[in-house]
Amino acid sequence: MSKEHTEKRIVYSPDGEPIEIDPIKDYFEGGRPEIRNPRNGIIEKFANWARSESLWILGFGTGCGAIEMRPLMTPRFDAYRFGYQWRPTPRQSSVFVISGYLSVKTLKRVIRSYEQMQNPKFVVALGSCTINGGMYYDSYNTINRLDHYLPVDVYITGCMPRPEALLAGFDHLKRKIKEGRGEGANKYAENFDWYKANQKKIIKDWDIPDYNW
Amino acid sequence: MDTIWIKLLFSLLTIFIVLNYGLLLQGVVRKIGARVGRRYGIRWYQPWIDIIKNYAKRTKITHGIMYYIAPAFRLTGGIGLLLFMPVIYGTDMFSNFSFTGDLLLLLYFQFFGVLGMALGAAEGGHPYSAMGVSRGLAQVTAYELTLTLGIIAIAVQYQTLSITEIVAAQQGGIANWTIITNPLAGIALMLAFLAAMGRSPFDVVIAPQEIPIGPPTEFHSGLLGVLQLNRAIFPAAKLILFMNLLFGGATDWGTLIIKTFLIYMWSVFVGVAFPRFRVDQSIRWYLFIPLIIGVLAVLFMKF
Ligand code: SF4
Repeated sequence: MSKEHTEKRIVYSPDGEPIEIDPIKDYFEGGRPEIRNPRNGIIEKFANWARSESLWILGFGTGCGAIEMRPLMTPRFDAYRFGYQWRPTPRQSSVFVISGYLSVKTLKRVIRSYEQMQNPKFVVALGSCTINGGMYYDSYNTINRLDHYLPVDVYITGCMPRPEALLAGFDHLKRKIKEGRGEGANKYAENFDWYKANQKKIIKDWDIPDYNW
Repeated sequence: MDTIWIKLLFSLLTIFIVLNYGLLLQGVVRKIGARVGRRYGIRWYQPWIDIIKNYAKRTKITHGIMYYIAPAFRLTGGIGLLLFMPVIYGTDMFSNFSFTGDLLLLLYFQFFGVLGMALGAAEGGHPYSAMGVSRGLAQVTAYELTLTLGIIAIAVQYQTLSITEIVAAQQGGIANWTIITNPLAGIALMLAFLAAMGRSPFDVVIAPQEIPIGPPTEFHSGLLGVLQLNRAIFPAAKLILFMNLLFGGATDWGTLIIKTFLIYMWSVFVGVAFPRFRVDQSIRWYLFIPLIIGVLAVLFMKF
């Protein structure tokens, strides 16, 4: 969406009736993310087990790494047998795989998608580009450290990590969730201002609300 | 206790059994699909975990009242279909709330959930939802014609609108099954069955690999959980309906499970063998050969 599309304006219906449109209000829901404390004891343990055994991955590829996720669906690696499935919509997914370098333009989309996912949600970062910028460390157009912008749960190193490394990384994520340490969404809500300030430093044409859902 | 309370208890029991059976079917069938593709595939109990996971999500957002009601509508469609027909023939309790005109009511329940979804998805505001709903409704309308013609043919054949009587007329061996005694209606119904089950080649509407996942695009957390429950109950209920109409019903749970599983395999095998139709292709397909067979089935009963 470009800037003029998000400005308040008046459109006219076919019979000449004026209708006021405020896209920021109509299309987005504002407000800050809230911290949702985990329940206690065995219920949360059970829920965490279910969360870790049913990881729905958002089908969103950035950078070179997107190509390494595809083999996971093929007979050779077949990630479905471990409970990973791919979903086309951020609403239903719980894992966001940032698969490589993030250009400034993509970062904005990534943030929007991340904020549309529902708590609890997890971020897996792939490749050295997400850790320190990798071979694009001095590029004018990519970010260097992903965890300045989103709370990352698991890093998988390599340039490019092979599908086996991805499976190992997901395994690590599973263990983390089972131990109750997969609280990225709450961390994001807690340090919201810090994350937002970092994001806004990079994204110059900020034309969406601070938090969209 | 009153009979109505006993009936209610047994309906709950029916829903519970059918729900779990539906989930099991889902897992097993996806496993079969994966094995055909030379994969191991998901674990057979994955559908249960997915539902628990979705209910365990901590947040959900809303788009308005219709958005909340839509999944309930959808689930009502599934449960209504299940409860208004005799599940186990000959037992008072598992006949649930079937009555003399239930065949007509079931035709309505087929459509009920889709309409509810249309309202809810429209309120979700996502353009892909609207696209998915219009494609889904178009496809449902196309196969519904064949389905209705087949059902009318059967109703004329047995001169009744009660499923219990239809099942009763088919007792006493395979030679009495409708699929043998009225093959034209049987073929029409089994062709409509393919799309009714929502499997490939007619699953373009809700396929996750398509860019729009269809009507459920915006649904998440517990709301998606309700939809998933329906995804288990609705196909199982349809299987029971087709078993009642064409394959002589069932007199105990064992027969029911064997028969419905085999009926399901028909759509599964067609599904793994044929790639997806686009919506316009599937509509055109349904409005040609299956429709002609359906019309012939009715005409055949008339003359
Ligand atoms: S880490 Fe290497 S492979 Fe991955 S995105 Fe960066 S340059 Fe590409």
